[in-house]
Amino acid sequence: MSSAEHTRRDFLYIATAAVAGVGGAAILVPLISQMNPDASTVAAGAPVVIDLKPIADGQIVKVFWRSKPIFIFHRTKKEIEEAKDVNVNSLPDPATDAQRTKPGHEQWLVVIGICTHLGCIPLAHQGEYGGWFCPCHGSVYDTAGRIRKGPAPKNLYLPPYAFISDTKIRIGEESTKPA
Amino acid sequence: MVMNMPRAIFATVLAGSLLGLIVPAYAQLSEQVPPPALKWSFAGPFGKYDEAQLQRGFKIYREVCSACHSMNLVSFRNLAEPGGPGFSATQVAQIASEYRISDLDDQGNPIQRPGQPADHFPPPFPNELAAKAANGGTAPPDMSTLANARTYQRGFPWFLFDFITQYQEEGPDYIAAIVTGFRDPPPKGFQLPPGAHYNVYFPGHAIAMPPPLEAGQVKYDDGTPETVEQYSKDVAAFLMWAAEPHLVQRKRIGFQVIIFLIVLSGLLYFTKKKVWSAVH
Amino acid sequence: MSGPASYQPQNKFLQWLEKRLPIGGLMYDSFVSYPTPRNLNYWWTFGGILSFMLGVQIITGIVLAMHYTPQVDMAFNSVEGIMRDVNYGWLLRYAHANGASMFFLAAYIHMFRGMYYGSYKEPREVLWILGVILLLLMIATGFMGYVLVWGQMSFWAATVITNLFSAIPGVGDSIVTWLWGGYAVGNPTLNRFYSLHYLLPFVIAGVVVLHVWALHVTGQNNPAGIEPKSDSDTVPFTPYATVKDGFLMAAFCILFAWFVFYIPNYLGHADNYIPANPAVTPSEIVPEWYYLPFYAILRSIPNKLLGVIALFASIAILAFMPWLDTSKVRSARYRPLYRQFFWLFVIAAVGLGWLGSKPPEGIYVIVSRIFTFYYFAFFLIILPLLGIFEKTRPLPNSISESVLGAKA
Repeated sequence: MSSAEHTRRDFLYIATAAVAGVGGAAILVPLISQMNPDASTVAAGAPVVIDLKPIADGQIVKVFWRSKPIFIFHRTKKEIEEAKDVNVNSLPDPATDAQRTKPGHEQWLVVIGICTHLGCIPLAHQGEYGGWFCPCHGSVYDTAGRIRKGPAPKNLYLPPYAFISDTKIRIGEESTKPA
Repeated sequence: MVMNMPRAIFATVLAGSLLGLIVPAYAQLSEQVPPPALKWSFAGPFGKYDEAQLQRGFKIYREVCSACHSMNLVSFRNLAEPGGPGFSATQVAQIASEYRISDLDDQGNPIQRPGQPADHFPPPFPNELAAKAANGGTAPPDMSTLANARTYQRGFPWFLFDFITQYQEEGPDYIAAIVTGFRDPPPKGFQLPPGAHYNVYFPGHAIAMPPPLEAGQVKYDDGTPETVEQYSKDVAAFLMWAAEPHLVQRKRIGFQVIIFLIVLSGLLYFTKKKVWSAVH
Repeated sequence: MSGPASYQPQNKFLQWLEKRLPIGGLMYDSFVSYPTPRNLNYWWTFGGILSFMLGVQIITGIVLAMHYTPQVDMAFNSVEGIMRDVNYGWLLRYAHANGASMFFLAAYIHMFRGMYYGSYKEPREVLWILGVILLLLMIATGFMGYVLVWGQMSFWAATVITNLFSAIPGVGDSIVTWLWGGYAVGNPTLNRFYSLHYLLPFVIAGVVVLHVWALHVTGQNNPAGIEPKSDSDTVPFTPYATVKDGFLMAAFCILFAWFVFYIPNYLGHADNYIPANPAVTPSEIVPEWYYLPFYAILRSIPNKLLGVIALFASIAILAFMPWLDTSKVRSARYRPLYRQFFWLFVIAAVGLGWLGSKPPEGIYVIVSRIFTFYYFAFFLIILPLLGIFEKTRPLPNSISESVLGAKA
C-alpha cells in the first residue's frame, strides 16, 4: 500500500474512533446529570419569605429553607452589645457583629443552624455566651453566632437573605426587589 | 446475505397484508369512530408548541375544565419552563398566587393559602369519592396525562405509515373531536342512557360529561376566533403539552442524535470495508 | 500463521497482572484473536447487539431506580416525576421502555437466525438451550418491569398473568395467593416485582457469560453450516467482526433513536397512562407487542389449563429443537424444503403476534388456531420428518471455498 493510502486509512480509523468517542462522552451527560437535584427539588428550594412581626424580643425561631434549619434571632439590646464588645482578633473565626447582620437591622441575626463541626443542630439560648450550644461535641456560639469554644472551626454560616421590608425577610436570595 | 433479506421482508409484509385483507373491517369491542386527523404545530420531527395556542388552552383549562378536572402532576412553575406556554417567572408567581392551596398553619389547623410556583394545580375535589359523588358516579379523569391516555385504532395499513410519518397525535385528535362531537338530540334510534350525553367520537357514544364549551364562553384577547372548534384545538394542544412538556427538547435532541448516528454508521461502514478489503 | 495469535502484553504491569489473574489473556483470546468464520453475514451481529442492549437496559434501569418509588399510591406519580422533573428523565425512561422492545426485536431476529442456519444442532445444543433460558428470563423481566409503572395495563396484565397459575390443579389458587402476597394484585406484588426486576437482569448477564462460553467452546456456526477446516476459513474477531458488528450496532441505534426521540409511545398502550384502578377493567387487556404471539397461542385453546400449558409449551418446545430436527444438514441454504417451512413459520409467528392484539372472537380465533397448529406442527411433525425425506443440496467443501469460489 502506498503511503498516501496509509494516511487515508489512518484518517478514516482516527475519524471513526473520534466520532465514537464523542458519542460515548455525550451519553455520559444525561447519565451524570440525572443525579443532580431535579426540577421539583430545585423548585422546593425557592426563596422563602418570613414575617418577622411575630418574633418577640430575645426570641430565636427556627424555619427551614432548602431543608436546612435557619435560626432567626431577634436580639435584645444587651445581646447586641455582648456581640459587639469582643476583641475580634481573639476569635477562632474572626468576624465583627456588623459583618454578620444587615445594615440598619442589627437586631436581627439570621444564621444556618448547622454546627460547622460535623453537622448537628445546636441548641438555642444555651451555652455561656448566650447564643447556642451544640450537644454533640460541645461547640459554643455567641449572640452573633460566632464560634467561641469547642471543636467547630467556623462561625455559623449566613444564608443569602435580604430585607424586602422592615418586617419581612426573603431567605434564599440577596436581591431586595419585592416578590 | 444471498436471498434472506428480501425474503424476510417479503414474508413479513405478505403476512401482514394477507391478514389485513382477510379481516378488514371486523367490529371492534366498543365501536369507535376515528376522529379527524388535525394539523398540529407540534407534529413531525421539527414540531414545536405554539406558545400563544398553549396560553389560550391554559385559559380554557383554567376557566372551564378545572371546575371538574384535576391536573395533579402539573405545577405552576411548569408554565414558565422552556418549550411551554412561555409565561415569565413573574407571571407564573402571579398566576400561582391567585389559587388557594390547602395547607396547615403553625398550630396544625387546615388553611387555604395563596399558591407558590412550586405548588401543583389544586384538584377541584378533595378526593376520588367526592369527585364521583359530585358527577353522577363517574369521576372526571385527571388531565395531566390525558393526551397520552387517549387513542383510537389506526388500523392496517395506517399504523405502518405512522412509523414513518411519526404520527403520535392520536390523543389531541381524540380530545379535540370529543369537544366538538356532542350532538343533541342524538341520532334517530340511539338509546341514550339517563344522565349521559351523545358524542360521535366517544366509544359507545354515551359520555358522562356534558358538552363543556360553547362559542364565546372563553374570551381570547389575541383576536383568535372564539368558536368551539378553535377551543377544542387550543385545549387539546395545551393538554398535549401537559402530558409531554419536554416534547420540543426531545425532538431537537433526536435530530442531533440521528444525524450523529448516521455519520458514525457511515464511518464505521467505510472502516469495515477498508478492514475487510484485506481478506476479500 | 498456525492457530490464533496469543496474548503478549508489552506493558510490565499487564505482564505482572497476567501471571496472577489472566483476564487480559482471556479477553484477548475471546474477543481479539478468536477465530471467527470469515463468511458470517450481518444476521450474526445480533448477538453483539443483544449484549449492548442488555448493557443499555441495566444502566438506564439503575439510574431510573434512583428516582422510582415502588408503592401503589406513589409509583405512577414517581414515573411521571421522572418524565417531568428529573434531568433528562424523559430520555432515560423512554430509552428503557423502548430499549425493552429493541431487546426483544434483536432476540427474535437472533433466534430466527439460529433456526434458519441450524445453529441449534450438534454440538451447539447447550448453547441453544441457554438461549431458551435467556428468553424465559427476558420474558419474566420485561413483564415485571411493565407492572412497575402501575398504570391500568400494568395492573391488569399482572392480574391476568398471575391468574394463569390458578389453572394448575389443586395448588393453583395457593400459588396465585403466594405470588400476590395478598388476596389480589396489590402493594406486596408491586414490591416483590421491583425486587425481582432489579435482580433478573444480573441473572441474565450471568447466563450470557455461560452462553458466550458455550459458544466459544464449539466456535460459531456460519451461513454454510459447515465447520471451519483450516486457518483460511477464519479471521481474527478483532478487527474483522468487531468493526462489522460496530457498523450494524450503530445502524440499529438509529432505529432505537427513531423510537425514543420521535415515536416513544408508538409501541406502548395508551391505557398505561391511566393510573391503575382495581375497580375498572380496561376494554381490552393487551400485552406489549413482544408477548403477543404467545398471548395468541394462549387464547386460541378453549380450555384454561390446556391454554396455559400450550403457552409454556410454545417456549419450552424450542429447547428440544436439536433433537426434533433429524436432518444432518445444518444450514437452510442447502435445505430447500426446510427453507419454505421456515418462512411459513415466520409468517405464522408474525401472524400470531398481530392476532394477539385483536379481540378473541370470530375469524381472529379461527386463524389463531390454524397458526397455533402450524406452530407446534413445525416442531413436532415437520422437523422430524424433513430430516428423513428432504433432498438436500450438496454442501461446499469448505468455508473459504463457499466465499471465494473455486479460486480458494
